[in-house]
Amino acid sequence: MANAAAVRAEKSARTGGGRAGDAGSKRSSRQRKHLPAGSLFIAPFGVVFLIFLIAPLAYAFYLSLFTKGLATGTEFKGIANYVRAFTDPSFLKGIWFVIRFSLVLIPVQMAVSLAAALVLDSMTSRFARFSRLMIFLPYAIPAVIGALMWGFLYSPSFGPLQQLFGLIGQKAPFLLSPDNIFGGLMNVVTWQWAGYYMIIIYAALQGIDPTLYEAARMDGASARQLAFRIKIPMVSSALVLILVFALIGTLQFFTEPQILGPVANGTITPDFTPNIYAFNLAFAYAQFNYASAISFALGIVVFIGVYVFLFLTRRRGSFL
Amino acid sequence: MTTVRRAQPRTQGGGRNVVAHLFLAALVIYFLVPVWFLFVASTKDAHGLFAGSAGALWFDKNFDLFGNLAALTTFNQGIFLRWLGNSALYALSGGVGATVLAVLAGYGFAKFQFRGRNLSFAILLGSVMVPATALVIPTFVLLSQLGLTDTIWAVILPSLLNPFGVYLIRVYAADAIPDELLDAARVDGAGEIRTFFQVVLPLMRPAVVTVLLLSIVGTWNNYFLPLAMLSNTNLFPTTVGIGLWEGLAASNNAGGQSLWSLIIVGSLISIIPLIIAFLSLQKYWQGGLSLGSFK
Repeated sequence: MANAAAVRAEKSARTGGGRAGDAGSKRSSRQRKHLPAGSLFIAPFGVVFLIFLIAPLAYAFYLSLFTKGLATGTEFKGIANYVRAFTDPSFLKGIWFVIRFSLVLIPVQMAVSLAAALVLDSMTSRFARFSRLMIFLPYAIPAVIGALMWGFLYSPSFGPLQQLFGLIGQKAPFLLSPDNIFGGLMNVVTWQWAGYYMIIIYAALQGIDPTLYEAARMDGASARQLAFRIKIPMVSSALVLILVFALIGTLQFFTEPQILGPVANGTITPDFTPNIYAFNLAFAYAQFNYASAISFALGIVVFIGVYVFLFLTRRRGSFL
Repeated sequence: MTTVRRAQPRTQGGGRNVVAHLFLAALVIYFLVPVWFLFVASTKDAHGLFAGSAGALWFDKNFDLFGNLAALTTFNQGIFLRWLGNSALYALSGGVGATVLAVLAGYGFAKFQFRGRNLSFAILLGSVMVPATALVIPTFVLLSQLGLTDTIWAVILPSLLNPFGVYLIRVYAADAIPDELLDAARVDGAGEIRTFFQVVLPLMRPAVVTVLLLSIVGTWNNYFLPLAMLSNTNLFPTTVGIGLWEGLAASNNAGGQSLWSLIIVGSLISIIPLIIAFLSLQKYWQGGLSLGSFK
């Protein structure tokens, strides 16, 4: 029952049911217009929103307009920090890395989770239910621990890869070396999140009206056509939702490379991703003004990136 | 659009599709290998961990799980237990607080008309796209002005912010709570608060549990925020504590004690609570998670 109700909410989330709900409630909402209760319900969240979202953003922007030098003190410099950020090879290298990483990671992650969801949706066996839980399991594991476990498994001296390659008399590749780090990190992130995305797609698939399938089968559709012509288009808004999550998550990549840093023999530099760079600027070099500018610039890049993406995929009023 | 369609068993397949089962089996193995490794490794002593005869994915002849657990709970005056308690404190207070705020605000947005509602909801939706970690350093600077960094509040208070939770509750409440029911409650003389607790809250239970679970997981698993905010090791949650040990172990500053064994067994202990939570609340999140989250 909870399942059905949640699917219903998800459905209305993607079809703009919120707006439809408003239309339905117009009459009684108007009656309640004089009541201040609505804003009172929102007020507690509003306070937290102002203090921990608006204020830090505003303050970061303010700080980012100044520079602080030992000799010069704090000076107003306008957009100098931003000019510096967008010409700083470290920042640009990090941005370029997370963009490349998203472009490769997200399609792979989507393919794995979509394939798993489609297979699970077509099966009702006990093993399928068990698999669904196990594939989802990594979501409950902190990224710190996930990254650590993979760091162990990658270890060239005692990881299982070594044993595997030893069987054929080869030396195993070190997945945290500069050449392999891209794939090594991709594997960790896919492992961590694919199950969660799978559950989102799976729930959307379960919400599709089964009579659609019967109609399609009567018209002679094969299982493959059923998947590609009906199921995938029907869950496209769930896919867009996942893409947005994945994009926001990947552009602010921090935990996994930060944790794998100490065991990666220097492959993961202090400017590996923009977030790691900002963190090190702030806490290793105490350059809070410049770190604020980097944070703010990263936030703007993510915001614009996601906004453009949503705008491009907007055709049926999905998600937002 | 609002018709509820119950998931029905599909006619095809029926569990006999060998290829599909093999595919699932391969996925299950892939997703379980690290967890299996963690379990096996936590039963090994320091020697077995690095030079065990049976390899990384099988038990060593020396079964030392209890020795490792004893070492974990006594190392450094049992600091790990303290981290575990801190994680629970942050996750529960941050998670419950964030959920309460999200439920109130989501209901307010869904069912009330007031000035500036559309504008504030548009701002809320925009804020969902602001990356959470981009806020950490600015929040750190702000809280340090107030002298709040390196206290539990520096972790708990920012965790209360969950704009996506508000969005989920709002979407859910708009559909799940009929206006007629609210009007009827008012006609019967129930005040707003009583209506909220007795009529609204029971109807929103699946969404509330989902937002609660997501908020708790998000806070329990959070690393960047506590890493930035805290420098007193007594206040660390397990994620930051294990990260600290890892850094020490990797640079061999462990002072003779093999920290790697502690890291392994500590990791195992700290994933158990959330796995139990997910297994026991299955019937809620299996559907509720389709609402998604940013954490």
